[in-house]
Amino acid sequence: MYLILVFLPLIGFLNAGLFGRKIGPYGASILTVNCLVLTFFISLFAFYEVALVGCCTYIKLSSWINSELLNVDWGFLFDSLTVIMCCVVTFVSSLVHIYSTEYMSHDPHLARFMSYLSLFTFFMLILVTADNYVQMFVGWEGVGLCSYLLINFWFTRIQANKAAIKAMILNRIGDFALVLGILTIFIKFKAVDYATVFAITPLFVGEKFIFLNCDLNVLTVVSLLLFIGAVGKSAQLGLHTWLPDAMEGPTPVSALIHAATMVTAGVFLIARSSPIYEYVPNVLNFITIAGSCTAFFAATVGLLQNDLKRVIAYSTCSQLGYMVFACGLSNYSVGIFHLVNHAFFKALLFLGAGSVIHAVADEQDMRKMGGLKKLVPFTYSMMVIGSLALIGFPFLTGFYSKDVILEVAYGKYTTYGHFSYCLGSVGAFLTAFYSTRLIYLTFLAKPNGYKAVISAAYDSSYQICFALAVLAIPSIFIGFYTKDMIIGLGTDFWGNAIFILPENMNMIDAEFIDHIFKILPVILSLTGTTLSFLLYTFGNRLLFQSKISLLGKKFYNFLNKKWFFDKVYNEYIGQFLFKFGYSISYKTIDRGIFEIFGPMGLSTIISRKAVYLHKLQTGYIYHYTFLILIGTTLMLGVRQFWIIFGEYVDYRVFIIFLVSSFFVSSEKK
Amino acid sequence: MIVTNINYILNIVIILFLIGVLGLVLNRKNILITIMSIELMLLAVNLNFVLFSIYLDDVVGQIFVLFILTIAATESAIGLAILVVYYRLKNTIRIDKIKNIKS
Repeated sequence: MYLILVFLPLIGFLNAGLFGRKIGPYGASILTVNCLVLTFFISLFAFYEVALVGCCTYIKLSSWINSELLNVDWGFLFDSLTVIMCCVVTFVSSLVHIYSTEYMSHDPHLARFMSYLSLFTFFMLILVTADNYVQMFVGWEGVGLCSYLLINFWFTRIQANKAAIKAMILNRIGDFALVLGILTIFIKFKAVDYATVFAITPLFVGEKFIFLNCDLNVLTVVSLLLFIGAVGKSAQLGLHTWLPDAMEGPTPVSALIHAATMVTAGVFLIARSSPIYEYVPNVLNFITIAGSCTAFFAATVGLLQNDLKRVIAYSTCSQLGYMVFACGLSNYSVGIFHLVNHAFFKALLFLGAGSVIHAVADEQDMRKMGGLKKLVPFTYSMMVIGSLALIGFPFLTGFYSKDVILEVAYGKYTTYGHFSYCLGSVGAFLTAFYSTRLIYLTFLAKPNGYKAVISAAYDSSYQICFALAVLAIPSIFIGFYTKDMIIGLGTDFWGNAIFILPENMNMIDAEFIDHIFKILPVILSLTGTTLSFLLYTFGNRLLFQSKISLLGKKFYNFLNKKWFFDKVYNEYIGQFLFKFGYSISYKTIDRGIFEIFGPMGLSTIISRKAVYLHKLQTGYIYHYTFLILIGTTLMLGVRQFWIIFGEYVDYRVFIIFLVSSFFVSSEKK
Repeated sequence: MIVTNINYILNIVIILFLIGVLGLVLNRKNILITIMSIELMLLAVNLNFVLFSIYLDDVVGQIFVLFILTIAATESAIGLAILVVYYRLKNTIRIDKIKNIKS
């Protein structure tokens, strides 16, 4: 049963991908949807058996790499962490499948689309169920590949191609670090499976390791490299630029990849490797800072984006920042809790956005929408639910996890904890602001679109509405119902899946922080919502004035251009590498060195020198005699010179002189 | 008998030889001078042989001289014969006109 859970999406992919032409788009949809729904029910059962009843399951399928030193199995490990991820992934994925059967129904490549979605789910399941780092890396690369395929689904559009390549390459940077991390683990631990690695991690505290000629702590190296991998996948600050650009793909793809599944792989990796991270406090601090900076940065950028999907993408980036810094504060369970909640309401938001985009003839610019409240009432209500959950409105899902994250951040009582608490609270304010702005501009403002478009707007039919409605239920309730189970004090839900050193545990401290700091995030969120609502209702003139003022223009530009990250990357790193590739590695090394020193250059030089030598033969007898005289003199002279100086000079030098004289004289030519 | 240092005579020999060489190299006009220079070089070598033969009290050197004299005579005879034939063909014996050796 557990193997069916993993391989059912693969069967769906193979059938829809290979025989999609035979069974048609309709057949492919039915097949993949059924496979995924079945997978979801199986994973619910697995959740019951593993997480609730508490019997972890381990299946060794077969041996993969079996040499003397390295043993890698195809093994599947189901513990609480895995099954909770399985449930989330298959739930969101099956709803996305159902959703896309209608959303993409007019696309001629529907079968291909469905097969990609199934393949993506399969790789994600491989990622979460792996029992060793190498198998996890298979899933890791697989979801990267599928994100490339899905972002590039409409492959005739140049923007989609660029976004897909960008996503692929930025992910590869992280993957490179991840591979190095796994290799480091193998070199020091001589094993890559979780059980062995985590069991012997405490023995390596303080162990040194030579990396890049530096004598470093081996656990620091490993955890930092794994974290860089997570940065690439989870779009943390530095490698985040691919995520907003990946909105070029179809909207269900954004919902699946960029909200619920793929980007969560980074957080999952950190939580899974918690037995390693627990022994490297400085790396944990680094993770905290990186996560909180991401949360703040993405929230500010989301404020002034005009593309509907990009706002949601930046909010994803920001929420991932929250999860990462929760993990950095050793509260992995809180991070995973937020991950689960976020998956539901972010998928709801993305799918709702897709419904809106569908309604207004594929217009994505929020400035050209407005007034859709009456036209698409169902989508509107779903988007409001999703936004409120994202804001952290009290007693909705997002409230439970986000508040706990901020509480434990404050309850850490360290500089890093307070730093992340401050940035996180401001981020909560900004999140509320831009979510309300999104709702307002799209649904509540006066209609700004073309008359033909607005008058033709309609609510989507039952498949899309079904997916939205089903997602809305956990978006409202799941936080409340699972809070005590997942992050309650003293819960035994996690078993051995997550390891926290006793001195790093601060859930109890977080319970006793000052009341004001507990309610501050909520107050900030509500203030943000109200402020945004009031500003956009009554303060339009004020907003416009501040936008066109000198300072406001700069500010607007700075945020709308995403802190100029893309500009800096393109102009300094991208251009530099392109120039390097052309003028150094191509012109100097390939064309230059290889063609002058290499076979071709050598042959041309020799034939040119041969012409010179040939010209030496003038045909005059007295020239020949003169040369004979010179040659004899030289020979005798060298012999005498040799007798005198031979002991002091290395004769091989003359060979170099001879060869270089060839090149020097050819330069003049 | 006047006892002389052998170095003086050797210097003379070398100078003679170099004169021959220079005649060979610097001469650009007349091929007869070339042949004369070669004769001069051979004579210098002969003198050298004689000198060392006496100095080392060894008769082999003088035998060599006799051979070289013979060879030199035949060689200049052949050379002059070639020269005469060439003159008949080209109607000149100027060296800078002889340029058909090249390829």
